[in-house]
Amino acid sequence: MITINHYMAVSAALLLIGTVGVMTRRNIVVILMSIELILNAVNVNLIAFSKYHNQVTGQVFAIFVIAVAVAEAAVGLGVLIAMFRNKGTVQADEVDLLKW
Amino acid sequence: MDLILFIVFAMFAVASALGLILQTHPINSALSLIGVMGSLAVLYLLLGAEFIAAAQLVVYAGAIMVLFLFVIMLLNAGEERNPWKAPVVAYIGGPVVIFLIGAFVYLINFTLPPMRSVSFGDFTGGGPREIGMAIFTKYLLPFEVTSVLILIAIVGAMVLARKEID
Repeated sequence: MITINHYMAVSAALLLIGTVGVMTRRNIVVILMSIELILNAVNVNLIAFSKYHNQVTGQVFAIFVIAVAVAEAAVGLGVLIAMFRNKGTVQADEVDLLKW
Repeated sequence: MDLILFIVFAMFAVASALGLILQTHPINSALSLIGVMGSLAVLYLLLGAEFIAAAQLVVYAGAIMVLFLFVIMLLNAGEERNPWKAPVVAYIGGPVVIFLIGAFVYLINFTLPPMRSVSFGDFTGGGPREIGMAIFTKYLLPFEVTSVLILIAIVGAMVLARKEID
């Protein structure tokens, strides 16, 4: 039987994998995609608990999360294009202007 | 039936997520992320959230991923050079992540009390009608604030990505 617990397990696995991607990858596009993965893991939990409590509130909140993810992707990729224009690279470890 | 669907698509989602962080070329990572989005849409459909499943496919797998692929092509981002260079990542990070996933799965599945099971087909409270009623009556103010947020994001992205005109 599939219960809400299984959805929570999938969500936790996706969250951890996304965190690993943010921390280990050097390409900023892949880092942004890992952030999208983390937001998706949050959505899985929200919708699973919306089903569990038989309330639509969790799904409404998931729509807001999707909207925030779209805004974040647009601004992040704008920053990335500006950075590529100034630095000529998309690798996170080559942008070390503030590094001590 | 729902058991098979859940297992297949949950495994596919986790495998695609692993492919996202393990492949060195950004295009392959983006295609793996599309796999994650699609299989998560099926999981939402299993929960009866049909509107969110459609929005997931249209907004995430459609719009956002096209944006990502567009930027990858535009910047000509090639293979990542030695992504697993640090020894801490190779020898400590991997086992810690596997341990954390195992611990989460154990805690969630064996220590929490068993909850109500889900089944395919009982679309209660996940259709566009219920979500529309909730958004446009009870959550009208957050909805309008979200539109302001998106407007700010559009203006910010245009300002950030435009070419400097001297």
